[in-house]
Amino acid sequence: MGLDINRLTPRAGNGGTGAATENDRLNRGQKLRFAAFVLILLVAVPILLGRSPYFITVLTNAAILSFISLGVWVTFSIGRMNLAQGAFALVGGYAGAILSTRYGVPFWFCLPLAGLISAVLGALIGWPVLRLKGVYFAMTTLSLTEAIRLLALNGGDLTKGATGIVNIPRPGAIDIFGLTIVHDFNGADPLPFYFLACALLLLGLVGVWRLSTSRLGWVFRSLRQNEDLATSIGINVAKYRVIAFAVCCFMGGIGGAFFAAFHQNIYPATYTISDSVNFMLYCFLGGLSYIFGPVVGAFLLVVAFELLQAVQDYQALIYGILMIACMLWLPNGILSLGLRHDGKGKDGRG
Amino acid sequence: MAILDVQGLTKRFGGLTAVNNVSFSVEKGAILSVIGPNGAGKSTLFKLISSFVVPTSGRVNYNELTITGLPPHEVARRGVVRTFQETTIFKEMTALQNVIVAHQLRCRASSFGIYFSSAAARADEERFRESAIEILDYLGLSTVKQMLARNLPHGHLRALGIAVAMAAEPKVLLLDEPFSGMNVEETEAAVRLVRGIRDRGVTIVLVEHDMSAVMRISDKIVVLNFGTKIAEGTPVEVQQNEAVIGAYLGQADEEIGH
Repeated sequence: MGLDINRLTPRAGNGGTGAATENDRLNRGQKLRFAAFVLILLVAVPILLGRSPYFITVLTNAAILSFISLGVWVTFSIGRMNLAQGAFALVGGYAGAILSTRYGVPFWFCLPLAGLISAVLGALIGWPVLRLKGVYFAMTTLSLTEAIRLLALNGGDLTKGATGIVNIPRPGAIDIFGLTIVHDFNGADPLPFYFLACALLLLGLVGVWRLSTSRLGWVFRSLRQNEDLATSIGINVAKYRVIAFAVCCFMGGIGGAFFAAFHQNIYPATYTISDSVNFMLYCFLGGLSYIFGPVVGAFLLVVAFELLQAVQDYQALIYGILMIACMLWLPNGILSLGLRHDGKGKDGRG
Repeated sequence: MAILDVQGLTKRFGGLTAVNNVSFSVEKGAILSVIGPNGAGKSTLFKLISSFVVPTSGRVNYNELTITGLPPHEVARRGVVRTFQETTIFKEMTALQNVIVAHQLRCRASSFGIYFSSAAARADEERFRESAIEILDYLGLSTVKQMLARNLPHGHLRALGIAVAMAAEPKVLLLDEPFSGMNVEETEAAVRLVRGIRDRGVTIVLVEHDMSAVMRISDKIVVLNFGTKIAEGTPVEVQQNEAVIGAYLGQADEEIGH
């Protein structure tokens, strides 16, 4: 049996009642869940785990991996299985690293610039590549991840080859009119990075939710469901495909630049094909129909593997099995379980 | 005045000439049908007019401007909108959402405006919603507008396909086999519907197999056989045309005739 991503309907924020409603507002339950998520991230975790740099680091990773996967989710929403997100995270990482080490650009400018550079590159590459569909698009983007890695490896003085770029400066303080809004991130405490990661993730969630529930989201859905029909009603299919892909690459670039500053280094091997696959897997595991899908998927897998240190050698194997199991038995992801319990997960589908 | 003028349209796929030097014109406000046996090139002709396929040679003029070579969404923007055979629809949306999203061409708000829900974007959505409800009512779909399209019965899907096209405010509507698979009553209703759309000022070009419906509805008929136009005229003229009778019934055999 094949997994037809076109049958999966991102219906972010519309409650999942029988026939998908056009009400794009969050219902009360969703608001509560989102508030709970924010509280856990920003209050409970720092209080409970704030003294454990190790756990904070793990959760920081999970938050930014979620953020990057959220971009992949956006390309899923136009019906493309994107395996290039590792490439754009690498581009963003290198962009941030080069800007800060070579040109002394402060981290707070590097972050958006890295996103923009990734987005522009994504738009340029996406324009021709997005004509491909299904497995052809997946294969091409997969090779793109490898191509960008090789580019970084052979980038000469700019990327410093296999040695990578090290000693990337940490984020500095933000002062406005002499008032320190954010302290600089120097020191061993990962908590500032954790808060920044959470802030990015929440911004990303709100941003993608907004995108997905606006007319743009409906246009994306129309592309996924039938590009010819979308064309026939005057939708510039190529343009909206590129917009979706650029949004995805933007998020990948920002995530990459964050990690570069967080780990203070970046190498060609920082993001490989397996990372691209993982970003997609997080989306699958959580559920392609839900904006929270990639977040659930990423947190679950990242935290689970940290707790199960013993099986880390078998990570690739376990991920592979999980992926197959997920496609066979849970094609709508973990979040679809919750809806089924409410008795409203059927979504009116036959 | 001819709103659509097809001039010497030819399409070759490798060695196969699907459409061969076909010319005809459609008067504003008319209903023109393209008929022909299976494989006569009707569908290809449709794709050529709507710019989904680029012709090998020839051109299509719309309001005296050439639209051949424009991207298909641009042709739709100009007012030439096609429908599809069977069930080409946004299956995972409700009927209403299908029609609302099809109002894309009428968007006044920019992409940024849409994203940040500007006043223009909200006004757009309000208008689209009202217009979509009106279109669905008109096409007899008001009772199913909240149903997911994938769950709609066949006849409703066909009407929804037309509703989606109507949302794009066509000046010329290209209908691909609007009556196929319908029983007599359904066809009768569909014929009335198509006439109604024409009476709203939309010029109609349709491809169809159902002869009786075509004869009743058309102002003019173009007959294709093996990609070539073999006849053109009013229903009565076409029915009496030797070449048409030959194409449909096989050549009349002299011996049996006597």
